[in-house]
Amino acid sequence: MADFTVSQAKAERLQLQKAVWSARLTRLLWWLAVLVVIVGSLLSLMPIYWMITGSFKVQHDAIAYPPELFPTHPTLKNWERLLAGMPTLRWLLNSFIAASGVALLGVITSTLAGYAFGKKRFPGQNLLFWLLLLTMMLPKQISLIPLFIMMRDLKWFDTYFALIIPYAAYPFGIFLVKQFMQGIPNDLLDAAKIDGASEFGVFWHVVLPLTKPAVGALAIFAFMFGWNDYIWQLVVTNKQTMLTLPVGVSKLVAGWATIDIGVGMAGATLAFIPMLVIFLLFQDYFVKGITVGAVKG
Amino acid sequence: MTVSAAYPERRRTWWQKIWEARAAYLFILPAYIPFIVFVLYPLLNGLRLSFYEAGVNKAKWRFIGFDNFVRLFTRDDVFIIALKNTFLFVLIVVPVVVVISIFLAVIVYPLPRAAQSFVRMSFYMPVVSGGVVLAMVWIWIFNRDFGLLNYLLEAVGFYQLLGIPKIGWLAQTETALLSLAMVVISWSIGQPLILFLAALGNISEELYDAAKIDGASGWQIFWKITLPLLQPTTLFVLVTTTINVFQVFVVVLLMTLGGPANATQTIVYRIYENAFVFYKYGYGAAMGVVLLIIVGSIAYFQFKLLGQEVEY
Repeated sequence: MADFTVSQAKAERLQLQKAVWSARLTRLLWWLAVLVVIVGSLLSLMPIYWMITGSFKVQHDAIAYPPELFPTHPTLKNWERLLAGMPTLRWLLNSFIAASGVALLGVITSTLAGYAFGKKRFPGQNLLFWLLLLTMMLPKQISLIPLFIMMRDLKWFDTYFALIIPYAAYPFGIFLVKQFMQGIPNDLLDAAKIDGASEFGVFWHVVLPLTKPAVGALAIFAFMFGWNDYIWQLVVTNKQTMLTLPVGVSKLVAGWATIDIGVGMAGATLAFIPMLVIFLLFQDYFVKGITVGAVKG
Repeated sequence: MTVSAAYPERRRTWWQKIWEARAAYLFILPAYIPFIVFVLYPLLNGLRLSFYEAGVNKAKWRFIGFDNFVRLFTRDDVFIIALKNTFLFVLIVVPVVVVISIFLAVIVYPLPRAAQSFVRMSFYMPVVSGGVVLAMVWIWIFNRDFGLLNYLLEAVGFYQLLGIPKIGWLAQTETALLSLAMVVISWSIGQPLILFLAALGNISEELYDAAKIDGASGWQIFWKITLPLLQPTTLFVLVTTTINVFQVFVVVLLMTLGGPANATQTIVYRIYENAFVFYKYGYGAAMGVVLLIIVGSIAYFQFKLLGQEVEY
């Protein structure tokens, strides 16, 4: 009997030891994983760091090996050449106009339509909504060419119309607003109607104020989309003064042999800064927009 | 009550219902008119165009049936290469993105809020900066002689270990596509990471507590609880990433122009070059149709295969 308890205690202690060791191993693996995540995060930021510091490097340092992890002879020459030698500020303005236009139109049309899809019942509703969703998911390269020909026929090349109007309907925005508005209780709408509010009054005074977070997210996404919509802006603009910033700056790549790397990096940095500012200011809206938009419809 | 009984629902005609809902139609009109004009109509027009021989001059457009498609698959070697490359590209990028973003989310989720938002911000930054900006930086980083990548690889002993000369990442056929894939991966993680973190936040703590009381290990909890509950999000990420990656273009245009030796030709780059460099609109549109069919059917099968296991 005594033997039994001794061996039992021994076995228990062994088991405990094993548990402690496996817990320690798990903890070790866990911290290793955390380390990997930290290194990964830094690697993810690395190109941006490289771009910004690169914009302050003279060509001699930019092509030095081993590379300079920090510019030893910082210079503003690249920035001067970027801003003086090219219509860079005009490109910046163009990008702002295009992105703001896309965002403004997107907000107007999407809130109106999202309200109807989220809060009203009407014949053909599902069909009309699924049509929007379907085109949102499918690659748009097939419509790129006909749209391009349409712009040509309208003589819209090198105009802000071409950069903005084709995006007046923003299916993702409609989807986002619809998802959000569905959560607003119908009682609120009914109460306003009983109080004599018009159809538009209900939308404007009751529903819209409650939808602010979604509208914010929508505006930011539409702006980012309008800012980064490279392929379209590339094909519908040609005149130097009508290029957008990403398009204008990207043309520097073709001249890599003759243009200093630093100038290219300064251009890339300039194209990046506005989006960075918006992202840092409205980080929560980004998260909101992504998560609301992904919930099943 | 008696009034509504006198006019039963089903006796209203279709037109009456539409008339009663006229306000709703007015609300969707500002979005639906441009949607029809600038999205739907060009889409259908693209389908039509794919059956035409169509160049700059509209008067010379000519209906040629399936000739464009026949040519694509029988006489256009570069397109076939582009097709293979694009599939390869998707097969590399999509699994890596899904696995990395789940890994990151699971590791980061229990960390303090500040750490969580730092990691989220780090991986979302490339999404914000956009493809053009990143492509320009990466060209420099990938340079064989003075690029940062080769410097870092040398520093950790990569070349010494393998005993090979330094690689020109974008200039060699073996590594060019892989290099572009790396760039695309770098900006494809941010969004899925946010989604997975949000999904993890929706899993109830009680479930984990119950599993721990039952003596489940962290590993078991991950496989038996976390992963299955993440499945709707995984499906969404899988489908959207696949659709996006099939349309890879900016990196090709800015970093390799499809080279070296067609090693980085992709479908959308072929569309761009045919339509906007060679002015073969009909032929480019046919490629667009092929892309649409491929992406549409793959997205459909992903939903079919994985969607039926998802419980909403």
